Amino acid sequence: MVGIITYGAYIPRYRIKTEEIARVWGANGAEIAAGLGVKEKSVPDLDEDTITMSVEAARYALARRDIPRDAIGAIYVGSESHPYAVKPSSATVGEAIGATPVMTAADFEFACKAGTAGIQTCMGMVMSGMIEYGCAIGADTAQGAPGDALEYTASAGGAALFIGNEKPIAEINRTCSFTTDTPDFWRREGQTYPSHGGRFSGDPAYFKHVQGAAHLMLEQMGTVPSDYDYAIFHQPNAKFPRKVSKMLGFTAEQIGPGLAVPRLGNTYSGAVPVGISATLDVAKPGDRIFVTSYGSGAGSDAFDITVTDTIESDVFNRSAAPTVEELLANGKYLDYALYAKHKGKIVMQ
Amino acid sequence: MSVPRYWRKQQNRYNLKGNYCETCGRYFFPPRVLCPDCRRDGKIVDYEFSGNGTVRTFSIIRTASDDYDLQTPYAIAIIELEEGTCMTAQVICEPDEISIGMPVKRVFRKIFSEGDSGVIVYGTKFVPA
Ligand SMILES: [Zn+2]
Repeated sequence: MVGIITYGAYIPRYRIKTEEIARVWGANGAEIAAGLGVKEKSVPDLDEDTITMSVEAARYALARRDIPRDAIGAIYVGSESHPYAVKPSSATVGEAIGATPVMTAADFEFACKAGTAGIQTCMGMVMSGMIEYGCAIGADTAQGAPGDALEYTASAGGAALFIGNEKPIAEINRTCSFTTDTPDFWRREGQTYPSHGGRFSGDPAYFKHVQGAAHLMLEQMGTVPSDYDYAIFHQPNAKFPRKVSKMLGFTAEQIGPGLAVPRLGNTYSGAVPVGISATLDVAKPGDRIFVTSYGSGAGSDAFDITVTDTIESDVFNRSAAPTVEELLANGKYLDYALYAKHKGKIVMQ
Repeated sequence: MSVPRYWRKQQNRYNLKGNYCETCGRYFFPPRVLCPDCRRDGKIVDYEFSGNGTVRTFSIIRTASDDYDLQTPYAIAIIELEEGTCMTAQVICEPDEISIGMPVKRVFRKIFSEGDSGVIVYGTKFVPA
């Protein structure tokens, strides 16, 4: 059955605290950190971008399970921050993991759900027999304009999931989606920073679509929230996933392991793939995982996943790559000036 | 450097592709067409280095050309790969963190980009292992 063959996450080493950003803008840092539920966020190094993080995540996944590189038939990188406007990130990833040249590749964009769209595409290609393995990556060096509310959360990170049929560590029982045209968040071509509809990003956007896809999944599977051991929801901050999980009937314990946002920030396309990785880091055979992503514009992809015995078998070495918890530990803290340098917010003449 | 020249060395930079001499067991990075010891008796075969090694010596760069100016101070080191050959590369760490003999492992990073509209060159750097 189709499922996740292996996975790997990547998070840069640098961090900035919410309170340090607030200090620069004369805002109440403690209040903002509490309101968003985000204490600190990751910051990319000067030489890191969506391509380098995608390569590192994919290499970690392959360290856990060595699959023949020529059997990787597709690579999709979902991101809002592809380094090139024209030139695929996915081809560089393919080259750097030795999967080229007999493979298809493309870069996906759907705000924060481009990574889960990649998982669905790989599933379709695996299930139809077009490819043996596909690699779906969600990664971002997220942008938020200086002084904008997004600056407190926009962070960097991502994860790679390899999809296949042969002895998955977790079977994907079903996927379904809920999509409408909703202008809650956008970035026009050539603009450095995104724009958003302020309060509009809540009810008619995030909550409507996440609930739409989640209800659809529960209905199609004939399940209730208590049938699942873990749940992962898109996490632009900690407040939204906590609220939507409660509305749907999931508990704080179920979303706990997959909620990386309080110490990671919002990795946009990386958020749900990192949440899945963090959950697979602790999951046991038989555990059932509920997933719902969200991308502005707007849509949600839901997944129903069951962890298999393979996760503890000889073909899979979970400890061959760092866990999300290990990637989050030992961050190096930057002040705002160094952070601005890292994010290219200082224009050099 | 021209775009075609970067591109030709891409597999060396991305995946540490070098080679070794089957006759005497000597490893080469960058790859060589002829073993300097065995000459015509040498049999050269492709090899992908593991990317694990140690710092043999290093220098902290505090003044750099425009392309690298934003990154100063940074460490450039001669890395002794575990297979026995050496290469020069950047080690990503604080200047006081690096030391001779320190174990390192490879990572995939941006090497530099040609301004805002040129090509972005990716390749291998090292981090403390
Ligand atoms: Zn020789």
